[in-house]
Amino acid sequence: MIGACQCESCALATARGAGRSKPTVVAIVGPPNSGKSTLFNRLTGLRQKVANYPGVTIEQRVGRARMARGHEVTLIDLPGIYSLTPCSEDEQIAHDVLTGRMPGVPKPDAVIIVLDANMLSRHLTVAAPVLALGLPSMVVLNMGDELRERGGHVDTEALSEHLGAPVALISAARGEGLGPIFEFLDGKLRAVTPRIDRALLNDIPRCRLWALHVGAQTWRPPGPSRTTQRLDAVFLHPVAGPLIFLAVVVAVFQTIFLGARPLMDALQSLIQASGQWVGRVAQNETLRSLLVDGVWAGVGSVVVFLPQILLLFLFIGILEDSGYLARAALIADRTMARVGLQGKSFIPLVSAYACAVPAIMATRTIENRRDRIATILIAPLMTCSARLPVYTLIIAAFVPEKPLLGPLLGTRAAALLGLYVLGFLAAIATAGLLKSGILRSERTPFVLELPPYRRPTLRSLGLRLLDRTRIFLTRVGTIILAVTLVLWGLANLPREDGQAPPIEYSYAGRLGHAIEPFIEPLGFNWKIGVGLITSLAAREVIVSTLGTIYGLEAEGDPAALQESVRRDLTPAGALALLVFFAFALQCISTIAVVRRETGSWKWPALQFLYMGTLAYAGAWAAYRLGSALWG
Amino acid sequence: MLQLSFNKTALDLDEPRPAEALRTLAELAEGEEAILVELDLPEEAARRLMALGFVPGCRVQAGRTAPGGDPRVYRVDGAEIALRAETATRLKVRTDDHGACP
Repeated sequence: MIGACQCESCALATARGAGRSKPTVVAIVGPPNSGKSTLFNRLTGLRQKVANYPGVTIEQRVGRARMARGHEVTLIDLPGIYSLTPCSEDEQIAHDVLTGRMPGVPKPDAVIIVLDANMLSRHLTVAAPVLALGLPSMVVLNMGDELRERGGHVDTEALSEHLGAPVALISAARGEGLGPIFEFLDGKLRAVTPRIDRALLNDIPRCRLWALHVGAQTWRPPGPSRTTQRLDAVFLHPVAGPLIFLAVVVAVFQTIFLGARPLMDALQSLIQASGQWVGRVAQNETLRSLLVDGVWAGVGSVVVFLPQILLLFLFIGILEDSGYLARAALIADRTMARVGLQGKSFIPLVSAYACAVPAIMATRTIENRRDRIATILIAPLMTCSARLPVYTLIIAAFVPEKPLLGPLLGTRAAALLGLYVLGFLAAIATAGLLKSGILRSERTPFVLELPPYRRPTLRSLGLRLLDRTRIFLTRVGTIILAVTLVLWGLANLPREDGQAPPIEYSYAGRLGHAIEPFIEPLGFNWKIGVGLITSLAAREVIVSTLGTIYGLEAEGDPAALQESVRRDLTPAGALALLVFFAFALQCISTIAVVRRETGSWKWPALQFLYMGTLAYAGAWAAYRLGSALWG
Repeated sequence: MLQLSFNKTALDLDEPRPAEALRTLAELAEGEEAILVELDLPEEAARRLMALGFVPGCRVQAGRTAPGGDPRVYRVDGAEIALRAETATRLKVRTDDHGACP
């Protein structure tokens, strides 16, 4: 990627500084949606990690760009900002990192400012305060390809004169014009002279006038995006818009359920075959039981769901990258307003379908603190991907597959969709409750920027999936494996005459029996009880737990997990279990992140109790209803 | 500076206009353009909107509404920003042709 700049449009104006020290830590900063992360991914390739800064409430990405002669540059991908005056937490973080006040983060010795070339004049107001910090800076105008296609033009040399910093026109998505950035990272480009009047910074109208003036002299704005206008005419159409929204949702569920099947089956047989192989190889009986009944039956039963989870993330990635999610938030705003929230809360809630943890972090963009806490509190009610294994297992065991809307929607996908709707309704109702009670607040203006539609790139989607696979496998390798091993131990102790006890009389069995009176009204027996206890760590652990219990019970005769579940639950009990998982807060990571984001134990404790009560009451009602319906 | 510019246009402080000539942003028809005159909002909210381009003196064009009629999309300085009607009625505009911003 290092090399001379090829496209004629990315003329570069700068002084070439000789003998300047090379930067080692470089921050990437810019307004939301200007393509910072795309550039970050381009520059770092796969040499990046998601880091959690201590004490701070944000997932930040740090990566390395390898330069010539072994020189390495650490890149920090900062959250998108509209200004450096700390209005929201994102802006505070960007400000603190840039000024070296963020504990645990080295002060950057250079800055890359990424702006959207199609919105140059409005984005210059973000560049001004960053340039005024006086760090060696480079201004990168991204999406140069789009600017060209829409008939715009920018004079990078003149702009560089105005800003006193090197300017490059690039396309991060296509990888065009990156040469000057590598030169900058290598210390070969430096600022001409800083030309920003500090008095501008605190006066927004004057700052904008300056930006308009600079823009007018160096930039011909692009024509309106025809594609965006045409697509919005459809997606925001009073009738077609909401219908398309529904169709998208239905298609997603049908694909998650049916499309992932072949891959899951393949993974399943791979795991079974390798488990049988391990069973033959392991000589020692205890070791064999630990590996086959414990690890393979337990952890393996969760790994099977990876394709399904990736498919869900793929869909959410497409919705986010294409710009459709912002339109969905716009359509949802009226509904959200009715319960006292705003459309902006809708975006974290949609990402909570993938996982509540990043969703709770994404609430940082909500300026009103009470709105933000309300959104954090309801986010775990949205159906996250960890519930998917549980839902899929129970639905596949109890709901026969029949076409419901022809080939478009089957009964199983419909059942799954129903559970997602249940979670969403619970979230909305809870929000209404909170906003009319303890979190009542003044309404803050709803402001939402609608990005132009863009085709999601395979590269960005691929990186997301890779990231997610990594996170999923880490989770499987740590928390799920650990709980499975502990469970296997509890299920094999105390030993009687040197033999493992029948599982009913093991510690795990006794634990299950101890809580049985408490869960019997919900239609659960002691085995499900053990699963409920272990799933406090993470929801999908109940699947691995049942895998292990049935694996030990069957003693090397692994009946399909589905059939074993069918023996242990009545249809009413199955319904109750689904409702329980829809509502209960069984996730250590969520509790930890809520504690961090809200700064107190009060909120996660309230959330845990509320959701627990809701789960128990809901499951009880579901069991009663189911028993009445199906005997 | 900031306090000053909330109630007057930043551009023609010396040229006060009669209040009755003003309309609100929410009253514009789809596709109609106007010049923003003032933001009748608490300071923090006004700052936020100005950072997004709603600066007195600038041209704003009304766009499509969401299904259901609210919120509505406004085009300002090359970007599309959605506002609820309750906010748009607090932004005063004039529809003659003296804007400095594009």
